[in-house]
Amino acid sequence: MQTLKYIIKRLALMMVVFLIIMTICFTLIRLLEPEVSPGVAGQLELQLREARGYNEPILVQYGIYLKNIFTEWDWGTSWEIDYGQSVGSVISSRLLPTVLLNIFSLIVSIPIGIGLGIFAALKKNKWQDNFISTVVMIFISVPSYVYAFLLQYWLGFKLGLFPIVLSSLYDAGNSWFSSTMLNSMVLPVMALSFGTIASLTRFTRAELTESLTSEYMLLARTKGLTKGQATLRHALKNAMVPILPAIISLFINIMSGAMIIEQIFAVNGIGQLYLKSIGLLDYDVFMATSMFYTIISLGGTIIVDLSYGFLDPRIRMGAK
Amino acid sequence: MKDQFDMDKIPAEQFEFAQLDQKIHDQKFETKPIGYFKDAWMRFRKNKGSIVGTLIILAIVLYAIIVPFISNYDLTYSDGTYKKLKPKVEWLSFISMFDGGYDQKINDKYLAYYMAMAIGTEDVNDEGMSYNEVKDSEYNPIMELGEETKSGNTTYRDARLDSYMAVGFKYMSVTQEKYAEIAAWQEETGIQVVYPLIDNTNEYCAEQNNANFWYKSIKSNPVDENDKKLSMDDIRENGLVDNYLRDENGELVFSQVSDKSMVKIRVLYYNYYQFVNGFEPVHYLGTDGQGYDIFVRLAYGLRLSLILAVAVSAINLIFGSIWGAIEGYYGGLVDLIGERISDILSGIPFIVLATLITLHLVNTGKISQFTALIFCYVLTGWISTAYNVRTQFYRFKNQEYILAARTLGARDRRLMFKHIFPNSLGTIITSSVLVIPSVIFTESVLSYLGIINFQGKTMTSLGTLLSNGQSYLSTDPHIILFPALMISLLMISFNLFGNGLRDAFNPSLRGAED
Repeated sequence: MQTLKYIIKRLALMMVVFLIIMTICFTLIRLLEPEVSPGVAGQLELQLREARGYNEPILVQYGIYLKNIFTEWDWGTSWEIDYGQSVGSVISSRLLPTVLLNIFSLIVSIPIGIGLGIFAALKKNKWQDNFISTVVMIFISVPSYVYAFLLQYWLGFKLGLFPIVLSSLYDAGNSWFSSTMLNSMVLPVMALSFGTIASLTRFTRAELTESLTSEYMLLARTKGLTKGQATLRHALKNAMVPILPAIISLFINIMSGAMIIEQIFAVNGIGQLYLKSIGLLDYDVFMATSMFYTIISLGGTIIVDLSYGFLDPRIRMGAK
Repeated sequence: MKDQFDMDKIPAEQFEFAQLDQKIHDQKFETKPIGYFKDAWMRFRKNKGSIVGTLIILAIVLYAIIVPFISNYDLTYSDGTYKKLKPKVEWLSFISMFDGGYDQKINDKYLAYYMAMAIGTEDVNDEGMSYNEVKDSEYNPIMELGEETKSGNTTYRDARLDSYMAVGFKYMSVTQEKYAEIAAWQEETGIQVVYPLIDNTNEYCAEQNNANFWYKSIKSNPVDENDKKLSMDDIRENGLVDNYLRDENGELVFSQVSDKSMVKIRVLYYNYYQFVNGFEPVHYLGTDGQGYDIFVRLAYGLRLSLILAVAVSAINLIFGSIWGAIEGYYGGLVDLIGERISDILSGIPFIVLATLITLHLVNTGKISQFTALIFCYVLTGWISTAYNVRTQFYRFKNQEYILAARTLGARDRRLMFKHIFPNSLGTIITSSVLVIPSVIFTESVLSYLGIINFQGKTMTSLGTLLSNGQSYLSTDPHIILFPALMISLLMISFNLFGNGLRDAFNPSLRGAED
């Protein structure tokens, strides 16, 4: 009961923060004036702005905007990127490549990262562990776009193993899972995965070494379990508890940090949509993508906080 | 009980001083005290990784400071002809990366074209020099010639070309005075700059505006006097037949008046460069797509990124500490309001914040990009510092020693900054060091994505250098490689340094390694 109350409280608080951010963003975005070119085209654009209601007072515009969202879930219309399309459909068509890349990257990273982490923890302070820790240190620090450049240059350009940019949906036969598409996804997924693998390895290693040295392990060994049994049934099980929240926050990190990878590999995803909407000043798309990233960052923290409580009953949420 | 000593009425003369001639104090420590920072330093010193990190950081900072002073080039220097030159370092030239050359697969026509540069430079008076004779000339653009491969009718060779020499000759339009200057300079130094003009009106000229086709050719295949195609071996042995412009007397023409005051000349660009700049062109890390020197631009980019990062870190440190101290010390309503403000600020994705501030304040010309970026970072960056300080204040403000200090009359400010704040010093220093790489990283991302822009003749940043190099990734990877390497190196070394600091400032790790 207390948990439910806590969740509701957190969600309500998040909604308030979200609305405030939305108001700030809306005002700042609608205040932007486009560069109107002189001549007939500029006149036409001014008239279009008038017709689309951009010249109303900001408060009136915001009222209409909120009303449309709450009554019809209508986030506006894209006038520049996809002419006349509703923002909802524009975003949902861009969401898939972004999410797919992230999921693939997680599918690759989780087993490798956790595996390496366990290996390093079991070999603690031996050369294997030192080697893995050094490599992990380097891979966590080096920015993902540097991998992207190196991969593009070596695997894509020099060796010609994979395409340098993501294939377009049309070339891939209108399927996200055709072999052309999957082949072209290899490089971006790799670029996204290196950092994730490294941070998962470090995290797993830290958690597992902690549980390996704790007292219940000693108890388990005293009871007569072999080292393998004790590790598998006690240490590993306990070490895995904080890893799930870590994976969730990794997913959120990739989601919001993949913009540069999308740019490098020409992925037509949310990040590209955001950048395009800034350049073309597509108000509603700009607003909606900004809100998308806001929800991800706000929601992410809450999910991570809550998941600790669900996974470990000793953490009583909301307790002072 | 009458005879009991009356404690309240002891005559004054019965009192005597216990020690009037000596001071009472605790015994002085025989050993040297180890303070907080000394303790931290001792732990830091043991960590090999962080020492390496520190040294790398020092080297990078020295590079950023010194290079602009000693380099031949500066930020504004660019040379439109010497674009995309390869890295060249004399004493590293045994590594193929730093010999200033690049690999190219060339067919016969191109081979003749590059051979002609060497022959044309060394054999000005057209005595019929062969390529074999000028092969070792310093002006020879062909550094190495590999095996032949045949594909269809065309023969290809793997060649390594000197990017500085492969530019070859160039037509220039200069004023009369400048021409006289060049002539004087030629006399003085003995380096020939101006070479004979080419007769580019006849059918033997392969390309009108390319000053490298000085030899007689048909369809850009070199030919001999009788218009017969020359084979590669012929060129090696006997050289090429020239197609120079000659006056009535058969003398070579070196200059041509093109309009009122301008003279058209044909220069060997490598030597012309020396005339203009006074030194031979050497770009340690090559030049980029606009002909800027990467070595010096990297130093300027580093300066900007480092100054930005340190400024942000310092402002965050000061502002965050004060805010966190006030929040943590007074608690209650101040705390509540502060928390909500930081909730909202930290909820806005940084990229959205940076975009909006750039669009509103920078693009309208209200503030500079640099100030705007500092503003963005500070707007959200102080939160974590404030949070750290606040936590420490909550932990310590109700402890007994604070009560004791308060009883002795210490004021709020003294309590806050003298008694509580030093407890959080370690965490704060660590986190403000770790802010530096994250600022450098986000700046590079934002520049790369084109959201912020440090492009220009007056400033550059690491991210701008990266985004400039992206379009040359497949042809000239060195343009993007060095900025990318530098950022990676900075990230690694700052993380090593920061992690070392974190462990060093954690007294619970005292003696853990021993």
